[in-house]
Amino acid sequence: MSTVGKPLAHESALLHVSGSARYIDDLPELSGTLHAAFGMADCAHAQILKMDLEPVRHAAGVVSVLTAQDIPSSNNCGPVLQDEPILTQKLVQFYGQPLFLVLAESHDAARRAAKLAKIEYEPLPAILTVKEAVANESWVLPPIEIKRGDAVAALAKAPHCLTGKVQLGGQEHFYLETQIAYAMPREDGLHIHSSTQHPTEMQQMIAHMLGWGAHQVSVECRRMGGAFGGKESQSAQVACAAALGTWKTGHPVKLRLDRDDDMQITGKRHDFDIDWEVGFDDQGCILGLATTLASRCGFSADLSGPVNDRAAFHLDNCYYLDAVAIRSLRGKTNTVSNTAFRGFGGPQGMFAIEYIIDDIARYLNLDPLTVRQRNFYASPGSAQRTTTHYGMEVEDNVAPELVHQLATECEYIQRRQAISEFNQRSPLIKRGIALTPVKFGISFTASFYNQAGAIVHVYADGTVLVTHGGTEMGQGLYTKIRQIVAHEFGLAPEFVRLTSTDTSRVPNTSATAASSGTDLNGKAAQAAAQAVRHRLATLFATQHGVNIDDVRFKDGMLHAGSVSQEFGEVTLAAYRERIKLWESGFYATPKINYDKNTMQGRPFFYFAYGAACSEVELDTLTGESRVLRVDILHDAGKSINPALDIGQIEGGFVQGMGWLTCEELVWHQDKHRFGQLATHAPSTYKIPAVSDCPAIFNVKLFSNANVEDSIHRSKAVGEPPFMLAFSVFFALRDAASSAAGRPAPLQAPATPEALLRAIGGLEVGG
Amino acid sequence: MHPAPPTVRPVHFWFRGQIQSVTDQPHTRTILQWLREDQHPYGTKEGCGEGDCGACTVVIGTRDDQAPEGLRLEAINSCIQFLPALDGKALFTVEDLAQDGQLHPVQKAMVDAHASQCGFCTPGIVMSLWAERENQNETPDREALCVTLSGNLCRCTGYRPILDAAQAAWKTPCGKLARGPIRQALEQLAAKPSLAYSYSDKHFYAPHTLEELSRLYASNPQARLLAGSTDVGLWVSKQLRELDDIIYLGAVEELKQIHTTPESLDIGAAVSLSDAFSALCTEHEGWGSLMTRFASRPIRNAGTLGGNVANGSPIGDSMPGLLALGGHVVLQRENETRELALEDFYLGYQKTALQPAEFIRTIKIPLVKSDKDGRHLFRTWKVSKRRDQDISAVCAAFSIKLDSLGKIKDARIAYGGMAAIPKRAFHAEAELIGQNLSEEVIRNAMRVLATDYQPISDMRASAEYRMQVARNLLLRLWYEFNERLMPEVIA
Repeated sequence: MSTVGKPLAHESALLHVSGSARYIDDLPELSGTLHAAFGMADCAHAQILKMDLEPVRHAAGVVSVLTAQDIPSSNNCGPVLQDEPILTQKLVQFYGQPLFLVLAESHDAARRAAKLAKIEYEPLPAILTVKEAVANESWVLPPIEIKRGDAVAALAKAPHCLTGKVQLGGQEHFYLETQIAYAMPREDGLHIHSSTQHPTEMQQMIAHMLGWGAHQVSVECRRMGGAFGGKESQSAQVACAAALGTWKTGHPVKLRLDRDDDMQITGKRHDFDIDWEVGFDDQGCILGLATTLASRCGFSADLSGPVNDRAAFHLDNCYYLDAVAIRSLRGKTNTVSNTAFRGFGGPQGMFAIEYIIDDIARYLNLDPLTVRQRNFYASPGSAQRTTTHYGMEVEDNVAPELVHQLATECEYIQRRQAISEFNQRSPLIKRGIALTPVKFGISFTASFYNQAGAIVHVYADGTVLVTHGGTEMGQGLYTKIRQIVAHEFGLAPEFVRLTSTDTSRVPNTSATAASSGTDLNGKAAQAAAQAVRHRLATLFATQHGVNIDDVRFKDGMLHAGSVSQEFGEVTLAAYRERIKLWESGFYATPKINYDKNTMQGRPFFYFAYGAACSEVELDTLTGESRVLRVDILHDAGKSINPALDIGQIEGGFVQGMGWLTCEELVWHQDKHRFGQLATHAPSTYKIPAVSDCPAIFNVKLFSNANVEDSIHRSKAVGEPPFMLAFSVFFALRDAASSAAGRPAPLQAPATPEALLRAIGGLEVGG
Repeated sequence: MHPAPPTVRPVHFWFRGQIQSVTDQPHTRTILQWLREDQHPYGTKEGCGEGDCGACTVVIGTRDDQAPEGLRLEAINSCIQFLPALDGKALFTVEDLAQDGQLHPVQKAMVDAHASQCGFCTPGIVMSLWAERENQNETPDREALCVTLSGNLCRCTGYRPILDAAQAAWKTPCGKLARGPIRQALEQLAAKPSLAYSYSDKHFYAPHTLEELSRLYASNPQARLLAGSTDVGLWVSKQLRELDDIIYLGAVEELKQIHTTPESLDIGAAVSLSDAFSALCTEHEGWGSLMTRFASRPIRNAGTLGGNVANGSPIGDSMPGLLALGGHVVLQRENETRELALEDFYLGYQKTALQPAEFIRTIKIPLVKSDKDGRHLFRTWKVSKRRDQDISAVCAAFSIKLDSLGKIKDARIAYGGMAAIPKRAFHAEAELIGQNLSEEVIRNAMRVLATDYQPISDMRASAEYRMQVARNLLLRLWYEFNERLMPEVIA
């Protein structure tokens, strides 16, 4: 029986629960290992006048202290532009920026010593917020515009117009395992264990730093303790620093960031200031839209270009926008360099249109779901309303039927009525409900990333070892690859093992990001497995005198008609016949074609869809809220592993809910800590905890095979469910609007304070 | 004249089936550091180093005659506990669970429910559930499991499969830990002289008696008193402070007792928050809504009521309630004791009335005469961004007594998060006392709160939010008094 489509447990589940799964800090330490810590700047923007590191060098257990001057070649860990120093030399650009690297005999000694430097600064004016960046035209990258039609004319003609604005907060990844790298010398190179989504980029950065060729550096990652985009580019500074320490001292060097340091050094989800003018008809159909999406990128470009591009692409969500003008501003600020985070800008763009539609519905006194439905893209095959504002045909639109099915199954209309009645008789507690859809484009918008490689080894005994370019961060990629390869050989999954991702095994890997891990690496592994399978089938057919087309791989056997043989016997025979039992596989996503300059074309292979309905309760005295019930219907295509996919949906949903409710990033504004992240630990930065899990949480997969030839017709599922959490935010806005008796100007995150403010509870005293 | 210092000895505790003796570790070395860097079982993880994420959760066994076979099992955060505090206790980590290669039902249930993704938080979750499985025979309901897991963050799953796994874990019969032999081993340790541990001229003392404690502290008034380590632990793990000698209160028997007298509930300073709250809730149901929001289960297991009070943080959650109920502290210095009303204990920001070598011995909470006539209402409410394990934006407590005609006889109101110290709202109280209870009177009290407090803005809340919520909680009290139908109070 095939393993594809089965809810198999995560391939490391037994190791996880028994504490035997090894993360990088769990690897046995080589003798002579040194432990590193960054010395960090304690101002937001300044020239460094003097760095006295003598007290650091003389501290107990310290072996060496490295600065920018110790870097032999390129002092850069910026993935796109060369604008992010590994260790800064002259200029401090954010509070917490790494200045030097301490190498010591223990983790503790390194951390203690790192606090002892005496740094003299000449302060420079610092920009912290999006608003200040826009006012000063401070950009990491130039503004861009995407337009279709004449938005100004459409707005002028529209029967109704609304303007609005909203602030949307950022988000800390809070992977449970902080950034870590462990570098070790090789006789003519370096090997680095890095907790990274992007081993090849780590390899390249380290090689550039040392002025070496990529072939001298290998980077390995077996698993990460969570990543969520935060270890795509942001793992580079840590990997480079550890490698530098090893290159300089000849010792193995481990750099594991303390949680507070990690939160102050590494980038986060971009926060946005969004404003708009929208024109619409009496039915709530959008006729014209002009909007500005301004983001806080931090001090360097990092991935802010593609993140903001994706925000602009996803402004449509599921809705056809006829005349639209989007201005995208990429603010440069003296804060950490914001980066990839599950959804990669998509959530911010989609949030904007959802807020706009919510406003339209409240203005027209229509149900927001009705207005959403009226603005959907037309079904495939329609003559109109099927092309996105970036020129891509929506050929797989299932939003209308998916939303209809969910609305029916969760009894949206009946519950809205019941909530309305409840609110009339409940003076202090108000309830709200919202049903929001998701359409998310799958592929890297940097088209060249849409490739992958894999190697499948079949050993003579019939067991299989697979390695590929993707990384495991908990999402279950290795499990799905195992299922895909086991399926090709008709084997039970335990005969297939995944080994760590290593740039010396599969080269030129793409980041495991953009939800694409299984799509890309699954196809590559399948191709490799199919090549070996073909050779085995040929041998079997020849030896048994059967037609190769009749050969089936099933239940650990090869079958053809009445002939059967154990898989392991066939592989042994193949080995003895000197048949190649291993193969590499490669995959490049077809059809995508997109012009970066005009921002037009087909950046995505396909779209993934979903919808969620959330019901919430709001205490109008304190602004505290609770999610009472959530219903989700999500399109994972033909799921390779429904258990893992549901795990991604639920986990993404709750993470999105955190972003929009309790997770709030605050920077100090007072003089002596100006620009320091105030919420730099879990004591002050609150991700959802167990009581925040909705008590009623119904999650179903939508029956829908991918219309494109994806791996087993499945769909990517890492990011799309994150945006299902919009339903919580707009249900809260619904409850707040009930309390306020008008559309509540709710900002995100909807903390208790934001909610109390939105209902007008902070306007009058006593 | 100082008595001779106690004789130095190693730290002894039960680990992996035998008594371990430790002599070569700094006195503020954490259990987690010792496990990961010296013993090398890697199951126990560091996620935050401040007792907030639970990746480092281990289970501690302590002697307790009320517990099954005399051994109490509790989950705690190993990242903020100093190793010498383990003296006389037992330590269990995730590696202790599987027997003969067979997963424990808790572990098996986690696998079956797809309850791990990245797996980094998983060992900590397994340990929290294991402690619960050992302690509870009946399957806890969802709400109880949320309390059990309130100190474990998971960033991947959204918790639903973890809660499902937790409930399934009770469906499989499971062999329980043989606590008897461990208790016996700990009994032998208890017979040893109290701990005086020394490393590199720094000492860690764990006196067994009040008499020993007062003597030790008198002879070493510079020493740092350590109770639950849920704050002091962070001075080391986060602020990297070098601590001087430490006197640990967790082994002092007299400080771990709870007595009920006709007048008061007397809680020893080293009673854990878990035990203190269950006693408080028994006497005053009004504590109920705060109990599960005060920190997390593992922090309540380690932290003490005395520590919360002595620390004097403006956002300590027990103090508003204690102030409202007219709590007192009994302080001791050598053989002398004195008693202070709690509001007289706090002098300023993190400044208390404690004199050198003086310590809190007991917290006394007056018992309210039967409030069956519904004329006394005590409530304490906490407001924060998150329900589990968060720090208060505002914490409020109200104790209101009415006479038979409905006139307010007495009102004691206190807030945390509103001033530099936990503080009573004397002006608001004055607005209420002697008045007939009405919405208008309540609104007058709400208004004068601005005279009582000038809160600050910080990352938890703005000053205006704090003030408004402080006022609104008075309004909530009015609604409760009025028994107006409230479907459900959130939080």
